[in-house]
Amino acid sequence: MTDTSIAASPTEITTPVHPVPPEQPGETEPELRIRHRAVTLDGLCALLGSVIAAFGLTWLVYERIFPTSGALGFWVVAFLVFLLFYAAVAALVWGPRGVADRLAGAVMAFVGLFIVFVVVDQVAYTVYRGHAALGHLNFFTQNAVNATELTGLDQGGVWHAVVGSLEQMGIATAIAVPLGVLAALFLVEVGGAMARPVRSLIEAMTSLPEIIAGLFIYAVILLNIGLHQSGLAAGLALTIMMIPFVARSSEVMLKLVPNTLREASYALGASQWRTVWTVVLPTARSGLTTAVVLGMARAIGETAPVLLTSGFTAYMNTNPTSGWQTSLPLYIYETVKEPANIDHERAFGAAVVLMVLVLVLFTLARVLGGKAPGELTRRQRRRVARDRLAYETTTRNPGRSAAAQEGEANESA
Amino acid sequence: MADTTPTELLGLAGPGGPTDPPAGPEQAPGPDDVPRVISVRQTAADRAFRAVLRGGGLAVFGITGLIGAFLIAKAWSTYSRVGWSFLTAFNWRVGSARFGIGSVLPNGILIAVIALVIAVPCAVVAALFISEYAPVALRRPLISLIDLMAAIPSIVYALWGVFFLQPEVIGLARWLSVHVGPVFPPFKVIGPGTEIIFTASPFLAGLVVSLMVIPIVTSICREVFSQAPQGEREAAYALGASRWAMIRTVVLPYGRGGMIGAIMLGFGRAMGETIVVSLIISPLYSVNWHVLHTGGMSIPGLIALYYNESTPEMISALMAAGLVLFAFTLAVNAAAGVIISRARSGAQTAD
Repeated sequence: MTDTSIAASPTEITTPVHPVPPEQPGETEPELRIRHRAVTLDGLCALLGSVIAAFGLTWLVYERIFPTSGALGFWVVAFLVFLLFYAAVAALVWGPRGVADRLAGAVMAFVGLFIVFVVVDQVAYTVYRGHAALGHLNFFTQNAVNATELTGLDQGGVWHAVVGSLEQMGIATAIAVPLGVLAALFLVEVGGAMARPVRSLIEAMTSLPEIIAGLFIYAVILLNIGLHQSGLAAGLALTIMMIPFVARSSEVMLKLVPNTLREASYALGASQWRTVWTVVLPTARSGLTTAVVLGMARAIGETAPVLLTSGFTAYMNTNPTSGWQTSLPLYIYETVKEPANIDHERAFGAAVVLMVLVLVLFTLARVLGGKAPGELTRRQRRRVARDRLAYETTTRNPGRSAAAQEGEANESA
Repeated sequence: MADTTPTELLGLAGPGGPTDPPAGPEQAPGPDDVPRVISVRQTAADRAFRAVLRGGGLAVFGITGLIGAFLIAKAWSTYSRVGWSFLTAFNWRVGSARFGIGSVLPNGILIAVIALVIAVPCAVVAALFISEYAPVALRRPLISLIDLMAAIPSIVYALWGVFFLQPEVIGLARWLSVHVGPVFPPFKVIGPGTEIIFTASPFLAGLVVSLMVIPIVTSICREVFSQAPQGEREAAYALGASRWAMIRTVVLPYGRGGMIGAIMLGFGRAMGETIVVSLIISPLYSVNWHVLHTGGMSIPGLIALYYNESTPEMISALMAAGLVLFAFTLAVNAAAGVIISRARSGAQTAD
């Protein structure tokens, strides 16, 4: 294949390219539409052929001829051989310039699949190791006092840790959400010279090391004020982690509110706080909910801030203001350090519970959010339609007879 | 009938119905028709509202300042006792109250660098895959998956790393040390190559941390890549570029600033990772740059390990170490923010 043919239809040659006579370009043939994402038969065959050839050759050479073995090595070698085959096929079919394109596509698809695989593997392995503990109902209803390495899985549970996690997350949400949304509103609605440094600081604090939040609360509450470790201290430490997260994602959501809505509100004579309260915040409600719920999902999974501030206990403690209070991540952290295998199973069981909580919050965020600002829910749309119908039948055509309206309704039905 | 229903009121109250009298006839523009300067008179309520919002913004400053202030106050006794040698000394002796992070800081940076070396290529390629190569129908699920990966608690990563990954990686680590070690000194191990020597290594910690860095870098890079201007993409195609050539000449140069910023954010995250490091690695107080060899430490791991020890000198030393970490990551993250907002791609996304 010559270079000129490549240049004629560069990315995806869907048909065999003939050297087109350059005299009459558009006359004899209709223009070929260039499609970058098309799946073609020869593309598919090249891919499948390379995969099969790579596996066959790798199996023969790696397992049979050379004295090598091992799953990881096999996969690495197979992938490299596949790349070689694919490059060779690409060079034969699409010419030298197709090689880099095809290889890049193959590598990227592979990495994408690999990341999917890692996430799935993580979840599956945790569930696999934890399913023994999850099979006992007492795991969800008892505290961990009886759960030693000498007792079986039918004694003790993580209910106290679930309660602790939820309470600490609740405290963090109650403080961090108003503060975070206020900071976001400041960035979007007030702005000015102060906005830039505040924004940079929020961004920098978003990836503040988790342990620093714990250390700060430890310094303030335990060393300075002299209180003991408690659920409240843990909740405050989580608050420090949550504020920048909520502020940053709320800012993104508030920015999506169209300026025309604000201008319309001002033009009707509304003041700024009224505009924010009745126009901006309701418009961004869906996005703000997503931001808050994702912040909660993040707070419930944090270990390091809780590690220093909450104290570890096997007993149930529903009062966050006094006494130690265990949360799920802390329970996992402390339990998995025990040498007994049964404790590892309990830790994995608790990890599954924690992941389910995170997943529920995450799904909630997707269900509640994911709508563009101003996009109405189905119920809101129905209400608008109803109101419009009522408006049209009563005021718009007051002179029209009821019979005419009836006829119209029949027609539309 | 219809006249008496309450909906009439609703309809009449509706803004700007078609029955409203039209606005007055258009005035012909006079010679002095200049746009009127609209001055907004702020009411007291508005001023109070803006003050509250300002307070919210400043609270972020306040919190950051308080964190720094408290850490400094608590760390002061350590700094005044050991001085600058806190940054260079290798020992962590509780009895004689001699503390230094001379080995912990480099070991922590080493783990973060290992994590970045693994994570950045994966993350950039994954971001390109999602924004350029993946079928449109797959794009949203993949983005959700990356978000989910970021939301998985770090303790789950740690469990997975210790129980699943560690046994798998030992074989790879031994292979690397035997075959690559003679050429590349960091892969050498000291002593006989027994299995135990390859466990709890900086490499393993870095590997697990890299999985936590990947979603951060991926989501920022994807956002930046997807904003590469359509006109330039089409121009590249029109000049005969293949898809990969288009990415190389348009998308990657456009996203360079955003990529660098994302990498720095990932570095800050990797430096601050606590649970994975403290569960995986076995503590060691000398610089270990043999990445496959067991032993290492990082500042967050150090704090998690020792916060329960109750000598006041030790707590102060931990605060001092935390302050170093705080200043370090804040500086890295702030620099990342500046780079992102200065870059061509970042300037358009920031405001």
